Order: sequence, then structure tokens, then C-alpha cells
Amino acid sequence: MPGPIQSIERAAAVLRLLARGSGHHGLTEIADSLGLARGTAHGILRTLQRVEFVEQDQATGRYRLGAALLHLGTSYLDANELRSRSINWADTLAARSGQEVRIGMHHDGAVLVVHHVFRPDDSVQTLGIGAMLPLHATALGKVLLAYDPDLSAAARRRELTSLTRRTIVRAQALERVLTEVRAQGWAGEAEEYMPGEASIAAPIRIPGGLVVGAIGISGSADRLCDSTGRPRATLVRQVLQAAEAVTTSLVDEN
Amino acid sequence: MQRFVMAIDQGTTSTRCIVFDQNARLVAVAQREHRQYHPRPGWVEQDAVEIWRNVDRIMPQALRQAGITSDQVVALGITNQRETFVLWDRHTGVPVGRAIVWEDIRTEELVAELEKQPGIEEVRDRCGLPLATYFSAPSLRWMLDNVAGLRAKAERGDVLFGTMDTWLIWNLTGGVNGGLHVTDVTNASRTMLMNLGTRQWDPMLLEFFGVPASMLPEIRPSTEISGTTTRVVPGISITAALGDQHAALFGQTCFEKGSIKGTYGTGGFLLMNTGNELVRSKHGLLTTIGYQIGGEPAYALEGSIAVAGSLVQWFRDNLGLIHSAPEIETLARTVKDNGGCYIVPAFSGLFAPHWLAQARGLVVGLTSYINKGHLARAVLEATGWQTREVVDAMNADLGAPTPVLKVDGGMTADHLLMQFIADVLDIPVQRPLVAETVSLGAAYAAGLAAGYWPDLEGLRRNWHLAARWNPVMDARHREDEYANWKRAVELTFAWARSSPST
Repeated sequence: MPGPIQSIERAAAVLRLLARGSGHHGLTEIADSLGLARGTAHGILRTLQRVEFVEQDQATGRYRLGAALLHLGTSYLDANELRSRSINWADTLAARSGQEVRIGMHHDGAVLVVHHVFRPDDSVQTLGIGAMLPLHATALGKVLLAYDPDLSAAARRRELTSLTRRTIVRAQALERVLTEVRAQGWAGEAEEYMPGEASIAAPIRIPGGLVVGAIGISGSADRLCDSTGRPRATLVRQVLQAAEAVTTSLVDEN
Repeated sequence: MQRFVMAIDQGTTSTRCIVFDQNARLVAVAQREHRQYHPRPGWVEQDAVEIWRNVDRIMPQALRQAGITSDQVVALGITNQRETFVLWDRHTGVPVGRAIVWEDIRTEELVAELEKQPGIEEVRDRCGLPLATYFSAPSLRWMLDNVAGLRAKAERGDVLFGTMDTWLIWNLTGGVNGGLHVTDVTNASRTMLMNLGTRQWDPMLLEFFGVPASMLPEIRPSTEISGTTTRVVPGISITAALGDQHAALFGQTCFEKGSIKGTYGTGGFLLMNTGNELVRSKHGLLTTIGYQIGGEPAYALEGSIAVAGSLVQWFRDNLGLIHSAPEIETLARTVKDNGGCYIVPAFSGLFAPHWLAQARGLVVGLTSYINKGHLARAVLEATGWQTREVVDAMNADLGAPTPVLKVDGGMTADHLLMQFIADVLDIPVQRPLVAETVSLGAAYAAGLAAGYWPDLEGLRRNWHLAARWNPVMDARHREDEYANWKRAVELTFAWARSSPST
């Protein structure tokens, strides 16, 4: 059993201090009140600011509790914000892979498509933003399930709808696949949602590692998978790079 | 050895250097912001030396990022914020004061005076633009009138004038040691000093504004800049220059007569290619040069929406109803319609097609039912209806309806807005895969001039559709809503008339 982590205890103390009294304190006040070196206090405040638990008043430089603390239980990232931050990286992924790109978030027991980029071959396609996809039968959905214990527990209790003859319908089999997804850091699917179609997806994270969505490509199984039916390594790498780029852009601009 | 094309996009807030490959894919981006100076209310200036220093940093940075050497760059294209200009000493290269930015309104009084001068109709006819503070000529005249000794130096040819393309090309090609003093037709077409028909400086216009010809650069077609860099990264051919909105038109491959692009950022800029025909707008649009590749120019009609994304910023910063700009869509989706509420963002008057500087913004249709969701809808819809007004004017001037609107810019991430624009125009709205259409347009023009791409058809093949929004709104509903919007706009005129302070 490891001992308590000092910096987390100190961060908790900073939050308690800001939660009482005036709720507005300068760096020196906070450092002096808690008996911390200014540099240490500053590092803690900067980190808390980054995760939006603390805000700094632009004019006075004083710190207060962040709005994110008030609705910790609700959504941590706005879907439209995610689209806006990821649009260039999704375009790049479509251009590199030659496949259509979707970004999904969990909503109401399904994958909500929050962004969609057409396959760049100028064929007639329909914009799929706002569509709902099944969690258990798509690569996007498997990523969301793999990193959300409540969601995967709920999926285990429900009957898994069969969409093709390859759809995973047994809870145990799904659990095995999700373990694999967590181990490799990405998810694939071939003909489990639609015959002849396949998809590959990877997680989008916010600082600390929390998965807030998934980005992935989909297209014909012939193009996405090799002769053994496994997703092609180059495409997997491109999806992982795009997910990494979006994750970084969420850190940068926060 | 793989070869590439480079673009420098000298924008209002930052300067960027982007490297593209032959498939028009972005290989590297380097960017630096520059300071905005507001020495007095309404004045907006920038330091041209700071901008030049930024170019000095980002060009090598982009090459490093791409992992290539300068001999792999076959051509450099320059695109820039339009109308902004700087004056400098030909012998020292030192600017005379700061650059005056297109947003600067110090010449409001001067413009009102010039408006009363004889020959004003002739001015509009020759340059295609209405007299307004943001074109270069009034600000240039202001400099000549207000800086001691400047006029004499300009007449002797000791002081040079340049929009930002000209300033960068002059510096890149040697500066005081034989730098090229040139500009392209699209940039020249925004000064109010160029004759649209001859595409040369017009003696009547120079006389009207009191500008000595000796200070002006040579006007060249967009793809005949023909310079070679001797500084920063020597040996790169500068083959093209275009104003930013013209570059976006080119980057969107709007090569056919009647094709329109809309760039949605802080403001909204719509340009329609009118082919070889110089169309003089009867519906409040500007006539400009779209681009000139070789002998014949493609003319264009332009309609600008002053306030688009900036209305969302106002909603975020001044009303505090959202934390970030994209959240406007989330808030707008909490309600199913605008609830009868309309916002006309005439913050500093209305631009195309109304041109009413005294109009002021309003929110109408307030009832106890209206909540912040309805206001968010009204904010987004304002950009949609302003687009409709401009596109209607373009269609009327050209006499044929455009079949599609090609869009770019940051606001294209707003799904609800893009759908709304398709709905109110009743045509599909298309977003290309490469969002950087301004830089891409400059790269295209440069690559075309250098033979990197064979022809316009080759460029068109690089354009890929990333998203398309099809209209779904009921026709009756659309026309009812448009009628409401128009009534709201009329009320801003009424306010302008009744206000004693304006």
C-alpha cells in the first residue's frame, strides 16, 4: 500500500481554502496560509487551473474556484467544442487514410457522431453528424466502452443486438475484446456493423487520461483490413496519430 | 528529390508560413502573431518591421518542420491582409510611422469631405469601390497631409508605398539593395487608386486623392511577380501574390463564372467569380479583380459581412452566456427555433449590400418567452441571413442563381450554422478537405506560375469535399423568416435616422 501523495493533499488544501471566506486569494496569501513555498503553490495552482478546478481573475491575478468544479458530474467537454478543436486533425486523417472520418462521444447508450468528414474521393455521401451508432458493433463504440467502466457494465447487462452475422452478441466475448482494446490502445471492427464494412478508432483524452471521445475511420473491409482480416498497421498508426493530435490540442488550448 | 510550394499568409493578427506538397496536403505550418496598436480611439496600426522580422523567423522554421531544404521549394506565393499599407524610405528601408490597418477609421471626416467633391461618381466607376475608410487611398492621403515633409519626399520618389505583399516582396528581394517594388492586381484593386479596366494606376484617381505616382509600385498579374529571395532564405522564386480573400477564391478553385466562396471568421467575406466580365453592381456589392493568371483577369463581386464570428465573441465576452465560441451551438440547440427573436449586429454600421455607416445593432422580438437559447439561435442566424442578402445581390447582378456555396474559415466547424446557411440560401453548402484555403490559394497561384501544377484542371482535382449540407427548410417558412429579418434590418435604419448624436 503506497503512502499518501503529498501534492494531491496540498491541492485539496488549496481547494478548501478557496472554497471558504471571500473565495478570492492571491498567490502569496495562498502560499503563506498553507505554509508552502511560493513556487510550490504556483505549480499546484497552475495545474488546478489546467484542469479547470481553479480560475485566475485576469485583472487582479487572484485565484478562485473554477466553474468546472460546480458541475463535476456532468459533461466535461462540449461536443461542439470537441468538433471545433479537432476539425483540422480529422481533415488530415481523411486526407492521409483516404477514408471517411468520424468523431464520436457517448450519449444515451449509443455513440453520438459529433463530427464527420467525407471520404476524399468526391463520391456522393451524406453528412452523418448527429447520427447514433451502436456501442458494441463499431470501433468508435468499443473505444468508448473500453474506457468507461459504467458504460461497459451496462452493456454487459443488456442484450447485444445482432446486426450482421459477425456482431459480438455475447457479453463475455465483448469483455475479452474490450480488454484487448485497453491493452493495444485502439479498437477495430470488421463486418460487425455492416457487411463489407470495417472501422478503426482510438481514444481522445483530456489531461489526466480521461477518455472524452473517439476518432476513427471507416470504409470497405478490403481496404481497411489485410488478407488475414486484421486492420492494416499503417491505418492504425494514422488513427492513433490523429487521436494523439486531438488530445494535444485539447491540452494546449485549455 | 521531392519538391514543395511555400505560401506566406500575412494576416491581420499573425503571419504564417505554410508548406504544401503536390497533392495540396499541408506539410508544415509556422506562425507568429504581431502587436496591434491603438494609439487613439478608432486608430489601428501595426509595426511593419515586426511583421518583417516574423517572416524572417517563420520561413526557416517551416523548412525545418517540413524537414526540407530551400532548393526543394519550387515557388513562393504571398497572400496578405488587404488594404493595410506602409510607407518607407527607399534608401534606408525604414518605415514612415506604422502601417495603417484596414480597420482604422481615422479618415471618417476626410471621407465625408471627399464624398462631396466633384467627380465622386467617376471615382466609384473607375475603381469599383465605394468611398470608405478601410480602403488604402483615404488613409494614404491622410498620411501625406499629416506627416511633415512627406509629400515632397513622395514626389521625389524617396518614399515608397506598399500593401503588405509589396512590403514583404521588396524586403525579400533585397530591400535597399535592389528590392522589387511590385504589387499584384488584386491588392492594387483594393487601394481605390487602380482603374479596373486598364488594371493600372489611374491618373484621375491619383489626382482625386492627391497621391504622387512616383511612390506607387508596379502592378503585375497575380502570377507574374517574378522575384527571387536574396534574404532570409535566399534563392527561392517568388512567383505569385494575391490579397487574402482573392487567394481563398482561388484556393477553393472557384474558377467558373458564377461560383462563390464564403470565408467565415471574425467577419464574413463572400466573393463571386464573374469571369472576364467586369460587372458593376447595382445591388450594393464591390467590383474587384478575382485573380489574374496571364493576360486576362477574372473579375469578381464582393460582399463583406462586418460582424460574423465577432458576434459570437461578443456573446461570449460581453454577455458571458457561453464559455467558448463553439458552445454557442450547444446553447442554440437547447431550443427548436429563434422564438421570434432577431439580432442585427450593425455594430459599426451595415456593410454589403446596405452600406449604412450610421446603422446600429438591435435585438427585436423580445417577449417573456425568450431565453438565452433563442438569443444564441438569433446570433447564428444573423450570419445566415446576412449571407442570404449578399448572395441575393450577387445573383441579381449576374442574372443567374449560383448552384452552390463553398465555405471555409473557423466558423465552418459550426454545424448548425452551416445547415442554416444551406437552408436560407436553398442551395448546398460545401466545405473542402483543406481548411487553409487562403494559404492554399497563394500556393496554387505560385505553383501554377512555376509549372509545379500544369493547369487549373490539375488544381481542381486536388479539391476534395469534406462535408456538404443540403437545404431542408420548408420554402414557406424560409420566406416568412427572411421577411422578418428584412423588417429587423429596416429598424436599424430607423434608429440611425432618429438618433440625434450621430
